[in-house]
Amino acid sequence: MNTEALAQLANVGVASATVVLALAWLTHLVEWAAAREVRPARLDSDASLVSAGGHSAGGSSPATGVAAEGETSPSPSRPDRFGQAGLSLTVLGTALLAAGVLARALAAGRVPWGNMYEFAVTGALVVLVVYLGLVLRAGIQWLAPIVTGFAVVVLGLAILVYVPAGPLVPALDSYWLVLHVSAAAIAGGAFVVGAGTSALFLLKQRAEQRAGAPVTTGPLGRLPTTEQMDRLAFQVHAFAFPLWTFAALIAGPIWAQNAWGRYWGWDPKEVWAFITWVVYAGYLHARATAGWRGRGAAVLALVGFATFLFNFVGINLFVSGLHSYAF
Amino acid sequence: MSADTTAPATRGAAPPGGGRIEPDAPVGPPTLSPGELGRWAWRQLTSMRTALLLLLVLAMAAVPGSLVPQEGVDSLAVARFRLTHPDLSPWLDRLGVFSVYSSPWFSAIYLLLVVSLIGCIIPRTQVYARALGARPPRTPSRLDRLPAYATYEVGADSGRTGADAVLEHAAAVLRRRRFRVDVDPGAVRAEKGYLREAGNLIFHVSLVVVLVGVAIGSLWGYRGNVIVVEGSGFSNTLTQYDEFTSGALATGSSLPPFTLSLQTLTADFQTDGAQAGQPKLFEATGTVTPAPGQIPRPFDIEVNHPLSVEGTSVFLVGSGYAPVVTVRDGDGQVVSSGPVPFLPTDSSYVSEGVLKVPDAEPAQLGMEGFFLPTAARGPDGLPVSVFPEATNPALSLFVYSGDLGLDDGEPQSVYSLDKDDLDVVQGDDQSPERLLLRPGDTARLPDGLGSVTFDKVAEFARLQIASAPLAWLPLAGLVVAIGGLLLSLYVRPRRAWVRARPAGDGRTVVEVALLDRVARADPVSDLDELVAELRHLPQKGDLA
Repeated sequence: MNTEALAQLANVGVASATVVLALAWLTHLVEWAAAREVRPARLDSDASLVSAGGHSAGGSSPATGVAAEGETSPSPSRPDRFGQAGLSLTVLGTALLAAGVLARALAAGRVPWGNMYEFAVTGALVVLVVYLGLVLRAGIQWLAPIVTGFAVVVLGLAILVYVPAGPLVPALDSYWLVLHVSAAAIAGGAFVVGAGTSALFLLKQRAEQRAGAPVTTGPLGRLPTTEQMDRLAFQVHAFAFPLWTFAALIAGPIWAQNAWGRYWGWDPKEVWAFITWVVYAGYLHARATAGWRGRGAAVLALVGFATFLFNFVGINLFVSGLHSYAF
Repeated sequence: MSADTTAPATRGAAPPGGGRIEPDAPVGPPTLSPGELGRWAWRQLTSMRTALLLLLVLAMAAVPGSLVPQEGVDSLAVARFRLTHPDLSPWLDRLGVFSVYSSPWFSAIYLLLVVSLIGCIIPRTQVYARALGARPPRTPSRLDRLPAYATYEVGADSGRTGADAVLEHAAAVLRRRRFRVDVDPGAVRAEKGYLREAGNLIFHVSLVVVLVGVAIGSLWGYRGNVIVVEGSGFSNTLTQYDEFTSGALATGSSLPPFTLSLQTLTADFQTDGAQAGQPKLFEATGTVTPAPGQIPRPFDIEVNHPLSVEGTSVFLVGSGYAPVVTVRDGDGQVVSSGPVPFLPTDSSYVSEGVLKVPDAEPAQLGMEGFFLPTAARGPDGLPVSVFPEATNPALSLFVYSGDLGLDDGEPQSVYSLDKDDLDVVQGDDQSPERLLLRPGDTARLPDGLGSVTFDKVAEFARLQIASAPLAWLPLAGLVVAIGGLLLSLYVRPRRAWVRARPAGDGRTVVEVALLDRVARADPVSDLDELVAELRHLPQKGDLA
C-alpha cells in the first residue's frame, strides 16, 4: 500500500472512530438519563439488585462493575443495557482510532506525534486505552460519559489543526522525542481519568452532603462510593505523577539540551509543564494534609488537569515559543 | 511533605461525605509522651500545610513568565513588547516581570520552599532513623476493634497444636511475607513497609540535590549566541558574542579559547508534498581549533547533534541569509562590502535586516528592508517569499540618508535604524524609493548618493555556545527522586498481629488483625488469604 492510500486510510479511521465514539458518548448519556428516570418507588428487583450491590459490597472491589452485575442478573436494567452498548461502541471506536493512528504513522514513516493534530489524535487514543485498561482492571465504566465525551471533543477540535501526513522537522528527529512524548501522553491519559474521577467525586460528595446520606439512586448512584473514587483518583495520579516527572523534567530537558542547547530555558511550554508538576505535587501533599484531604485534593487534581490542558491548547495557540510546532 | 497518609486506615473514622476531616492523630514513634506527640504533630502539620501553600504560590508565580516575554529567553521579543506596551512596560520592569525566574520574589518563594523542605527532611530523618531500629508495636489488647480482624479455632485433632506452635508458624508465615516479626508470649507482632518513608525522604533529599545542581549550573555556567556567516569564523571570546548571559560566578576570562570556522551551512526544506517549506535538514560544517596552536579538526553540527569542545557545547539553533552587499558612495568609493545577516521573521524566511554605512559621503547612509529567499508577487502587489530556500532571492530595501546617530554615545542594535536624523531617500514620484535587487544587480541612488550592489547570497548559522557545569547532577537527582517517589507511593506499610491462647480441650483460639497505615482497596480479602495460610499448620514431615 502506498503512502497516499495509507494517509487516506488514516483519515477514514480517525473520522469513523470519531463518529463511533460520538455514538458511544450519546449512549452513555442516555444511560445516565435512564438512571435518572428510575425512581426508587418503581425499582424492579433487578435494578435494586444493581444499586444495592453497587454499594453494599463495600470493599470487595474498588468499583463494583456494573457490567459484571449485568452478566449475573437475568435481565439487566435499562441503564445497564445502555452502559453495555456504550462500552462496546467505545471498544470499537478505540480500535478504529488505533488503526487510524497506525496508518498515519506508517504513512508518515515515523512516530505519530509530529504536530498538534497528531498529538490530539494520539492523545485521544491514549486516553481511551488507559480508560479501557482501567475498565478491565478496576471496573471504571462509570467514568464513560466523561472519557468518551473528552475523546470526542478532542477529536472534533483536532480537525481544526489538521495537517496532512509528512516527515518530521529536524528538531523533533530524536529518540528522546519518543520517550518524552510517549511518557507525557500516557501520563496525560491518566490525568484525564484522574480528573474525571475527581470531578465525579466532588459532584457525589456535594450531593451526599446535601442529602445527609449516601446517594444510591440516579446517575450519581451508579458511581462507586466517594471513598472508592478518592482512592482510585489517588492511584491513577500516583501512576501518572512519576511518569510526568520523567517526561517533563528528565526526558524533556535532555532532548531540549540536544536540540536547543540548554536543559531548561523557561520556554512557555516548559513553564506550564513545571506548573502542572508543581500542582500535582501539591495534590499529593494535599492528600496527606489535614483539611485538604478529599475535597481540597480533588479540586487540586482538577486545577492540575486544567494547567495540563492549557499547556496543550493555550500555549500552542496563543503564546509563541520553541514548542510552537506541536506539543 | 509527603504523599503518605500517616493516619491509621480506619476508614470508618471518616464522615460519610468524606468532607473536612479533623486532623488524625499521626502515628509517631511510640515512645513519645502526649505533649511531645502534640508538638511533633503540630510541627508536622504546619510544615505540611506551609509546603503545600508554597507549592501553589510557586505555581502561580511561574505563570506571568510564560505570558510576558522574558529577557533571558528572548530579548528581541522583550524589546518588541516594550514598543507595543509603552505604558505597561515600566510597571512590569518594576515588578521584574521581564525576568520572572531571576526576580527577587520568585527567588524568595523557592528559597522558602527549600527551607521548608530542609526543615522537613531533617526531623523526619531523625524520626525515621529511630523507627528503623524500633520493633513492631505491641499487640493491642482488643484486636477485634481493628478494621481487619478474624478469629478461628484450632482443634485438638489437627496434629501439632498449642499456642506456641501456632505462633511459631505465624511468625514464619509473616517473615516469609517480609514482615519484621517479634514473638511475645502468646502473641506475634509484625510490621512491614519501612521503605515507604525511606523513599519519601530520598525523594525530598533528591529535590534538594536537584536545586543545588541547578544553582551550580546557573552560577558557573554561561550561554551565548553568535551569528557566523559561511566562510567566516568565530573565536570564543566575550566580544564576539551577539548575546551572552552568564552566571554570577562565571567570568569572561574563563572561556576556553577555541576557534571555529564555518565552511558551509546547509538548510534543506521539503520541496513537495503537503509539508512543502517545512525544514528537513540543518547542518553546519567547518573546522574547529580546540586551543591556539593546535591542529584544526573538522566538525559537523546538526540539530540534536551538538559539537563538544573543551567542556563546552556548540549547538546549531538557527540559520538565515546574509546578502553580500557592496555600497559605493557619491564619490564612487566602496564604503561598505560584505555579508549582512538578515534575521528570519517567519517560516518562509522572509528576513529583516539593516545596513549602516557611516563612512559614506556626502551623507551617511542607512538601509532597511527585507530579504526574500524565493520572491514572488503577493496578492496585494507587494513582494513576498513563497519558499524558505534561496531559489529566487531578492533584496528589497529602503534607503535613508543623514545622520545615523552612531556618535551619540548611546549603544545601538545592529538590527535597527535610529531614524531621528535620517531622511528616507525618495524616487522621482516623491514617494520612498524601494530598491528591489536580484543577485548581481546594482541600483543607483538618486541625488548622487551612490549605489548599492547585491553581489550574492551567503547563509549564516546561529550558534549557541553553552557550558553548564555539573549539568548531570540535577538529572541524576531527578532519576533518584523518581525512584524514591515510586517507593513512597507504592510501598504500603502494614502491621499484623496474631494472638493465640489455649481454650481448653486442647483447642487454641487464634486472633489475627491487620492495620494499614495507608488506605488500601481491600484489607479484608488480604486477611482471608493470610488466615488461610496460617490455618495450614505444618504437619509432621512437612517442610514448613
